[in-house]
Formats: sequence, structure tokens, C-alpha cells
Amino acid sequence: MSSTTIPARRGPMAILARTGRMIMPAIVLFWLAMAFFGYWVAPYDPAGIQDADLFEGMSRKFWLGTDYFGRDMLSRIVAGARYTVGISLMATSLAVASGVLLGLAASAIGGFFDAAVSRFLDALISIPSKMFGLVLVAAFGASIPVLVMTLAVIYLPGCYRINRSVAVNVAALDFVAVARARGESTLYIMLREILPNMIGPVLADFGLRFIYVVLLLSSLSFLGLGVQPPQADWGSLVRENMPGLPYGAPAVIMPAIAIASLTIAVNLTIDSVFGRHTREGVR
Amino acid sequence: MNATIGRLLLTRLVAAILTLWFVATVVFVITNLLPGDVAQELLGQSATPEAVAGLRKALGLDLPPWQRYLEWLWKMVQGDAGRSLVNGSPVAALIGSRLGNSLILAGITALVAVPVALVLGITAAVHRGSVYDRVVGAGTVLAVSVPEFLVASAAVLVFAVQLRWVPALSQLGRLETVLDVVRTFALPVLTLTFVIVAQMARMTRAALVDVLSSSYIEMARLKGAGQARIVVWHALPNAIGPIANAIAFSLSFLLGGVIIVETIFNYPGIAKLMVDGVSTRDLPLVQACAMLFCGAYLLLVTMADVAAILANPRLRHR
Repeated sequence: MSSTTIPARRGPMAILARTGRMIMPAIVLFWLAMAFFGYWVAPYDPAGIQDADLFEGMSRKFWLGTDYFGRDMLSRIVAGARYTVGISLMATSLAVASGVLLGLAASAIGGFFDAAVSRFLDALISIPSKMFGLVLVAAFGASIPVLVMTLAVIYLPGCYRINRSVAVNVAALDFVAVARARGESTLYIMLREILPNMIGPVLADFGLRFIYVVLLLSSLSFLGLGVQPPQADWGSLVRENMPGLPYGAPAVIMPAIAIASLTIAVNLTIDSVFGRHTREGVR
Repeated sequence: MNATIGRLLLTRLVAAILTLWFVATVVFVITNLLPGDVAQELLGQSATPEAVAGLRKALGLDLPPWQRYLEWLWKMVQGDAGRSLVNGSPVAALIGSRLGNSLILAGITALVAVPVALVLGITAAVHRGSVYDRVVGAGTVLAVSVPEFLVASAAVLVFAVQLRWVPALSQLGRLETVLDVVRTFALPVLTLTFVIVAQMARMTRAALVDVLSSSYIEMARLKGAGQARIVVWHALPNAIGPIANAIAFSLSFLLGGVIIVETIFNYPGIAKLMVDGVSTRDLPLVQACAMLFCGAYLLLVTMADVAAILANPRLRHR
């Protein structure tokens, strides 16, 4: 017996949930804005050494303390959004765009093409993502264009798998059969008949994929194999300030919290827009 | 054990071996794609062309790619991963000296994480829809969207800096008393447990919820069986397959977590070895470590499949 009662919409839990639904998209928008304008709105020069001690705590002058050079941490985090959010957005767009196109093509063309692409990309899924990242960085280095390509390649197979399964379901519907009978081209069927009917799942997948890309990029940077100094994303900020950990410096924990705030906010925004079931079947 | 199960298991095994071969090919292609010459890189810009040519011959780089691939593959199968480009010692020996440490870390984590995840997942499924269930659900979503190094550094801040219970870095020097062992492994194990418990608890809950909502459970409830009896006696036997699947699959998340954890705690394991190999571009070492990790991953995923097959009663009585 499964009694799924809808929880009553009152009391402190409901208020919390309602404010959460408002705040989470706001956090996402905030970090997006910082990715574009962060460098200019930072209170101090992100690279400038301030008149302060190393690993200072939080103060009115330096809200999030200072780093291992005595630089303002808030400015460095706000400026670092450009790399974390920017690289992840580019890589996710690339992965999702090619995943959607390949998935569409596989569903519209079918046959040998579908089987070959599916087999190949499914086999790639059996390489754990961090391992794949390490091998690619070992082979090609860690410049920003290479990082974008690396992250896109790693998440393309998962993206393809989801989009193909959505596209195949749409392609089986009657109006697609009608379009085929009308003699429309494969490209027309892909883009004008199937694609408009899978926008929702594609967007939900984009959000989830973005979270994985942010986490993997941060991990690579944390290992010193991602964004290279003097440029610094949030993962590199954690890495370079690790010596401050024994002193409990906010410089270590704050960039990590910035990452968590972004990923959690994206996660919960997807939940409230698309419903919880969209998350099933991802890795 | 009957013919159907045997055939299914054999299919899985063959698929796993073929996938491993595919992965090996991908690793080889990626690490050999760049035109950059290892011999030139090793000897530096000032090396004479003769010296470079000599080293190329010694490393087998003068052979055509497919020949090098076959030779590499054959040696890999025999367990010979070549020599490190950085210090010249055999890769197999380097890995051998670190493998044990990583396995200990993974083993202790599994011992801690599996019971915790099972308790969380089962209790959440039983009290489905309650505040407790929603708290566990929200907690697991938070845990999978947070980077591992945040968990690790928060753990260090709380337990090493504030409370001073444990040292911030793992040193595998003194392991004389039980307390030493606990102090050394506490933080790495705590971090890794956090990472995999979330996944495992969520999958366990989903598996059990699935069974609990089937009609034979409703029947049991209607005939008046108690809640505990329904869960333990009626539901769990049918959920064991999916749960074992969840455990094996979630353990494969250890492989990603261990890379971060060994680095942050400076733990002398195989993941740390690989990260160091990547930063020095020691390709033979990276290839071997990657194959080892992918092999372990495939092993766990195949075990998850096998558990699902063995626990399916429909297949047993055919």
C-alpha cells in the first residue's frame, strides 16, 4: 500500500520550501552575472596584494579574509566565477549540443548509424569521469580550450544516451510518421518535428550536466591539473590556499562553499522547474 | 544455477572483457595522439639528433603505431606496464608498493559506508513521505552536489583544527595501537563514506520503495502482518538483488573520491601516484593506473549486474 499524501502547504517547512524556490534561482543568476561582470564589481583588485596579513580571518575590510599572498578573498572568488562558470557553461553547451544532434540523428536515421554510435558512446561511459579527465589532461595538457574540450568529451556519452532515448520516443509518434509520409528530409524531421518536443528534458539534462561539469572542473583544478595560475577558478583557489587549513583560514573553505552554493542552487532550481523525477538515471 | 543464468553470466563476463579491451584502446589512442615526441622531451632541446634517434629506437617509438599498440596491449595483458619515464623504475613495482594502501582505505570505507547506507536507505523507505524521509532525501541530494574537497576540508577544520582529535594529514608511520589506526584513517574514511553513502542510500531506498508499493505487500498488510514483519520477511528478500546492485554500483564512486581524498590527506595510495604521474606527464604510469582504475570500475559494475541476475527468482526457476 503506497499512501502518497501531498504534504500540507503550511507551517515552517512550507515557508522554508517557498523561500527556497525563490532564492535558489536567484543564486544561480547571481553567479551567472558574476561570471560576466565579476571582474569589474570586485571590491579590490583580485591579483593585488593588500595591506593585510596572510590568511586573515573575516573582517569588515576583507569580508571573506585574505589568501596566502594577502589578497582579498572575496574579490578573487567573484573574479574566479568567470573561469568556473564560464568554462563549465562552454563545455556543457558543447556536450549537450553535440549530444542532442547525435541523439536526434540516431533516432531519425536509425539502423546501422544508430547502433554504431550508441555502442561506441556507451562503451565510453565505462570510463569513470575523473579517470577520463586525468588521462586527457596527461595527454593534452591543461590550457583552457583543452579543458573545455576535455569536459565536453567526457560528458558527451551520457548526454547522448539520455537525448537519444527521449528522441526515439518522440520519433515513434504519429506526427513524425506523417512528416515522413509527406516526404520531408531527415534534417527537417530532426529539427522541426522531433527537437521542439524534447526541449524540456534537454534543458533539465543541461542543468544536471552543468553540475557534473562544475564538480569535475573544480576537482581537476584542485588537483593542480585544471585551470593554471595565474588564472584561478574556485578549485584552484582551494588548492593554492590549502596551507591555510591548519589555521582555519576562510580562504580555504570559502571557494569550496561558492562551488557548493552554485551546484546546490542549480540542482534545486531544476527540481522546482522540472520536478524531481528528472534526476533519475544519471551518473 | 541453471543454463539461463549461466548463459547470462557468461554474456556479462564477455561484455566486461570486451569493454576493458575497448577502454585500453581508448587510453592508448589518447596518450599517443599528440605528435609530441617523448624521446625529445626526455632528453631536452639540446640533445643531438643521434641521441634522440637512439632513445626512440630503445623506447620502440620508431615502430608504426599499430605495432606499438599490439606490443603495448600484449605486455599489459601480461602485467608488464613498462618503465616510468621519470625515474626509470618499472611501473608495476611502483604500483605494487602503493596498491595495498589504497585497498586498505577502500576496504575500511566500504565496511563503514555499507551498513550506514543500508540503515539510512531502509528506514527512509519504510517511513516514506515522513519528515525523516525528506531530510534524508535532501541530505543525499546535497551530498552529491558538493565537491569532495569541501567535505574533506570541513572535516579537517572541525576534527583536526577545532577539536584536535586527529592529525590533519595521514602519515602511515606509526600504526602501533588501535588508536593510531583510528586517528590515521578517521578523516579520509569519513570523507569517502560521505561521498558514497549518499548514492547508496538513495538507490537502496528506491529499491525498497519499489518493492513496498507492489500488491503482494498490500496483501500482507491486509491480512494483518506487522510493519517489521512486512519489511524484513516480505519486502527485503525481493529487494536484495536491487540493493546488492546499488551497493556494488555505489562502491564504484569510491574510485573518483579516492583521487581527491588521497591528494588532500597526502595518503600514499595509487590515486596519488596517478595524479603525480599526470602532473609530470609520465605516460606509462598514467596508462597503467588508468587501466587499473577502469578495471576496478568494470569489476564493480559487472558485480552489480551479476548480483541483479542471481537475485532474480524468475531466472532461477526456469
